[in-house]
Amino acid sequence: MSTTYESGEAFEAAAPADPGPATAAPGYDTTEGRVFTVTGGDWDSITLDPAQENERIVVNMGPQHPSTHGVLRLILELEGELVQEARCGIGYLHTGIEKNLEYRTWTQGTTFVTRMDYLSSLFNETAYCLAVERLLGISDQVPERANVARVMLMELNRISSHLVCLATGGMELGALTAMTFGFRERELILDLFELVTGLRMNHAYIRPGGLAQDLPDKDDKGQDLKVRIQQTIDTLRKRLPDTANLLVDNTIWMGRTSGIGYLDLTGCMALGITGPILRSTGYPWDLRKEMPYCGYETYEFDVVTETSADAYGRFLVRLGEMQQSLRIVEQCLDRLQPGPVMVDDPKIGWPAQLALGADGMGNSLEHIRQIMGTSMEALIHHFKLVTEGFSVPVGQAYQVIEAPRGELGVHVVSNGGTRPYRVHFRDPSFNNLQAVAAMCEGGQIADVVAAVASIDPVMGGVDR
Amino acid sequence: MSGDTPAGGPVPAASPEARDTPVTPAADQADSVEEQRVADGQEASVVVPVGAVDLGLAPVLDGPEMIGRRQGAFGVAGSGDTSGFGGLVAPITMPGPSSRPYGGDFDAVADELELALADAGLPMAGAIEKVVVDHGELTLYVAREHLEAVGRALRDEPGLRYEICHSVSGVHYPGDAGRELHAVIHLLSITHKRRLRLEVACPDEDPHIPSLTGVWPSADWHERETWDMFGIVFDGHPALTRILMPDDWPGHPQRKDYPLGGIPVEYKGATTPPPDQRRVYS
Repeated sequence: MSTTYESGEAFEAAAPADPGPATAAPGYDTTEGRVFTVTGGDWDSITLDPAQENERIVVNMGPQHPSTHGVLRLILELEGELVQEARCGIGYLHTGIEKNLEYRTWTQGTTFVTRMDYLSSLFNETAYCLAVERLLGISDQVPERANVARVMLMELNRISSHLVCLATGGMELGALTAMTFGFRERELILDLFELVTGLRMNHAYIRPGGLAQDLPDKDDKGQDLKVRIQQTIDTLRKRLPDTANLLVDNTIWMGRTSGIGYLDLTGCMALGITGPILRSTGYPWDLRKEMPYCGYETYEFDVVTETSADAYGRFLVRLGEMQQSLRIVEQCLDRLQPGPVMVDDPKIGWPAQLALGADGMGNSLEHIRQIMGTSMEALIHHFKLVTEGFSVPVGQAYQVIEAPRGELGVHVVSNGGTRPYRVHFRDPSFNNLQAVAAMCEGGQIADVVAAVASIDPVMGGVDR
Repeated sequence: MSGDTPAGGPVPAASPEARDTPVTPAADQADSVEEQRVADGQEASVVVPVGAVDLGLAPVLDGPEMIGRRQGAFGVAGSGDTSGFGGLVAPITMPGPSSRPYGGDFDAVADELELALADAGLPMAGAIEKVVVDHGELTLYVAREHLEAVGRALRDEPGLRYEICHSVSGVHYPGDAGRELHAVIHLLSITHKRRLRLEVACPDEDPHIPSLTGVWPSADWHERETWDMFGIVFDGHPALTRILMPDDWPGHPQRKDYPLGGIPVEYKGATTPPPDQRRVYS
């Protein structure tokens, strides 16, 4: 900044008395105060105006800004470079998914919820399906293979989500190599998702009662699925430390993140903050250990914590969690035994028999031949199940799982019909963004970027 | 969707006539067969969308909460009684109150809360309308005037210690007369590894519920979202403004009577009806 001041002073020396209308930005008075439209290099002329000295200015950072993690709008009140007040404006990505769910069947719901927090779509699907399964009373009947596959996909998803956090966070602070490394590694995982679910994002693969279809035996090159996933794990084991080494002991990175975005345990409790932010305060709260679901209590892994309660600590927590997720995925591979992937209830198992066709998805010809040729009842049943869907008993359920960004809660209410009466997603990003003021006020404007990146909000989940 | 009264949506609000005769054929739905049956003295069976009719019931505080009724056997509405099952009418009731023992550590929670409320000079029966245990989850229906006191007890009592207000959201039950709007609050106790649901109801005419931001600051945005989506006013909230919808948006989109709007199709004046007016099998 010193050069700016120098040039400003030089400019002032040249025109000491009156900056003049030719050099000052054209400002105009409003009821809220004087408003300037700054374009290009006329900032100095504003700061030259003695009336503007020591004045607070309000800066809208976002919603279209490359370092606000999507369409987050930060309303910053600045005195010079210091943030006096920080507020968030959200809603720019509100798509009314919760309302839309009320006009679709319970099964179609997964197609919507997967698009909420689009970086952790499999978590949204799993949480929603666990809640629906609880209402249906079939939580215990979900086959083992489906549960193992859910855990495996969720943990792969956690790695890919954390990699995006690292990559975009690095990019926002100028560490571009971390960005290219992060997205490169994430691509490996998205390839696995494409292999298993057919899609890189927005899978709608996890369904109430199990999975949409069985995992494929082989990949597109004829290689065994388990071997393929193990290869990816090995590659990640080799490459993740490279990404980490770029930043962990990097003086610039530590300077930008250490002590930035500080939020201690008390603050986390008051603001309902969970996930890596809570664990960066040293409190080992992880729902996979504390209130397990999907059989997490049977997997061996450690809860990663740090004690610095700052952006650097959260970065380290995410690095550690990726390693732990790799451990869990390996255990899943050992447990993945052949078997059904949908509950043994023809009233819920929808659609009945899926097989991968030439187009990547589709019904198995064998099944179509059977229901079309030999069993009228099966045809009617299939038709009604697909068009109307299944009924879910009256009641409400709240299912919470540990998503990459914190606790993801799903509240579902049924009035006994084939469509949800109400679905609400308590998205961790939505809740955690409330901490922006606590983390940023009193700091430098440049540190706002680091603090928000350490919260890792995904606006698709915040706005839903 | 213009003006200040977007709530007057396509689903008609219950009229006094509808209250007197809950099973009333809508004029445009009565086909000739049904008119004939009416003339024969048979009650015409017309399926009315759930929630569209005021059932004329007094608010149920201690029994199972009735949120609507289901008619017919196949869930279809709006096409007359084509199946012949239209005479089947069943109330839709949310799970009713549970009696002790609630099971698990729910009894301990109830006992602790009773003691804590007694310390605050509040009888359990006055503050908690009913206790429901369903699907392994504990729900306390709290009288809205005592919500903050109950919240404080739940947060501070060592045996309860619900440190985190996990979520506040709403549910709109237009069929639950006098208790149309429910705020649903989910709490988490990290100390005891427990979850708890509070449900607070208020009528459409007086959509006020005390804010919990004084007890749990994290309720801030959640209450703003609930106001935005349902129009529940959280009294005492420091800045209850819209959060997801634009500031000047009329209406509250998550309410069941919010008009959804259809899509005009460029073919002989056809339209795609709004989702809430299409035929459903629910």
